[in-house]
Amino acid sequence: MGIKEFLATKGYASNPRRLMEDLIHLVFLILGLVAVGSVLVITIYLVISGLPAIVEIGPIEFLFGTRWASTAREPEFGILPFILTSIYGTGGAILIGVPIGFFSAVYLARMAPKKLREMMELCIGVLAGIPSVVYGLVGMTILVPGIRVLFNVPDGASLLAAIVVLTVMILPSVINVSLSALDAVPREYEEASLALGATNIETYFRVTVPAAKSGIFTAIVLGIGRAIGEAMAIMMVAGNVANMPSLFSSVRFLTTAIASEMSYSSGLQRQALFSIALVLFLFIMIINAILNMLKKGNQKI
Amino acid sequence: MKKAFAIVLVALLAMTALMASGASEEAATVSTDGSTSMEKVILSLAEQYMADNPGVNITYNPTGSGTGITAALEGRCDIGLSSRALKDSEKESGLTETVVAYDGIAIIVNADNPVTDLSIEQIAGLFSGAITNWSEVGGADAPVVPVGREAGSGTRSGFEEIVGVVDSCKYSQELTSTGAVITAVSQNPGAIGYASLASNLDSVKMVTVGGIEASEATVKSGEYAIQRPFVFATKTDTALSEAAQNFFDYCVSPEAAEIITAAGAVSIH
Repeated sequence: MGIKEFLATKGYASNPRRLMEDLIHLVFLILGLVAVGSVLVITIYLVISGLPAIVEIGPIEFLFGTRWASTAREPEFGILPFILTSIYGTGGAILIGVPIGFFSAVYLARMAPKKLREMMELCIGVLAGIPSVVYGLVGMTILVPGIRVLFNVPDGASLLAAIVVLTVMILPSVINVSLSALDAVPREYEEASLALGATNIETYFRVTVPAAKSGIFTAIVLGIGRAIGEAMAIMMVAGNVANMPSLFSSVRFLTTAIASEMSYSSGLQRQALFSIALVLFLFIMIINAILNMLKKGNQKI
Repeated sequence: MKKAFAIVLVALLAMTALMASGASEEAATVSTDGSTSMEKVILSLAEQYMADNPGVNITYNPTGSGTGITAALEGRCDIGLSSRALKDSEKESGLTETVVAYDGIAIIVNADNPVTDLSIEQIAGLFSGAITNWSEVGGADAPVVPVGREAGSGTRSGFEEIVGVVDSCKYSQELTSTGAVITAVSQNPGAIGYASLASNLDSVKMVTVGGIEASEATVKSGEYAIQRPFVFATKTDTALSEAAQNFFDYCVSPEAAEIITAAGAVSIH
């Protein structure tokens, strides 16, 4: 079948514009598949390259082993310190960052004068745009020595330093998402509350905040996602020793465990790093699943 | 009109692609991959060699000794760069090592630390946690904060093997670059760290080891104890390309000695 006949069967010959439409359609489909394809490739690659080491080391020893000594003569690959550090670090940042971010959002949404709100939103935008390596650099030169002097410990590079850096890093997303959730609450709800004799503060916390609840949860989960995936900034302030986490000890996160050893790794050590990536990937998948559930909940309201 | 524009655009793109591939075919490329500690040395050598031999393009990929050795073995680069001697397993898998230069590892402390000399045993004690206070080695009453490199780093394995503290270091920080170690030591009065002699050590204090100062002369003469080789890893049973072999020969020749010295390492000549 020649091209002419082919075009004729599809009715393209008589309608060249339709040919163009379908071609463009195809192009967009291919472009759309780039994202889907990347996710598939990454997932498959991570599973293929991450599983062998888990099988070799043993899943229980890998996930619950408390000692990581990847280049020792008798290497040990326990990543419990990294998992706990990631959970504590992220939890700490959420614990400090969410109240700060949330109250800032309430203030900006309901109390702040218009000019001040615009200025603060600009600042938050800038904060969101600062590259993480800059957070790390400032943390390394100011925060780490600061913690050493303030708490009188031998070394300031610690879990606490990482939590402080992560807190500042998640603030913009927590504030911005909470802010749009609060802004979306209909004015009538608040007017009704005020008309019933409630004060402004009572109205904000009893009416506005509950109405924006699921948006605020989304903000928290986004914050967790940002904090658990961060590597560069915390690598520069956390000290990176594979200790079981405590506030003033040098710690290593799941992300920094991969980043700090990848460049010089070989053999089982390298495979184990891929396994850590797989664990981290599962964490992120769970967070994304929660986020999607929250979004569906949002649509119901 | 739009169609014509699109055709012109595609033609232009195709032409750039053709031109780009044409250019790379003319120049012979020698690829090196590996140790970040060797960056200064290899880049200086490459710069001089490319200036002397137009038409040869030398690339350097700073990935780390382990990756560089693997890359050489898998044929992904011509010359693998390693700042440690090759392991027996690596030699058995089909690689040959050639020492091009030596690097002294300097022991550094904070500029305010009064300690000026340490023995190898003292250094081992400070890093392994046997000595936890500087007063035990004649310093101020301050806790010792050992700062080191990440597992797999050539500087770290070099240091730990020479000092005899393999797997027994109680680091307070494990950092991923020499610069980060120097910064950390310069900021903490109790810190002790190690760094390549080729790096800029202005912000910290270098201690003498067993009374001998780390310098090019003492590394070359073998007096200074904490030193390691800079190695070219090549495949044993596969010959290098002509361009790569020429560059290799240049690097181990006496001509290159001056450049290696200028880059802060110690030449084999």
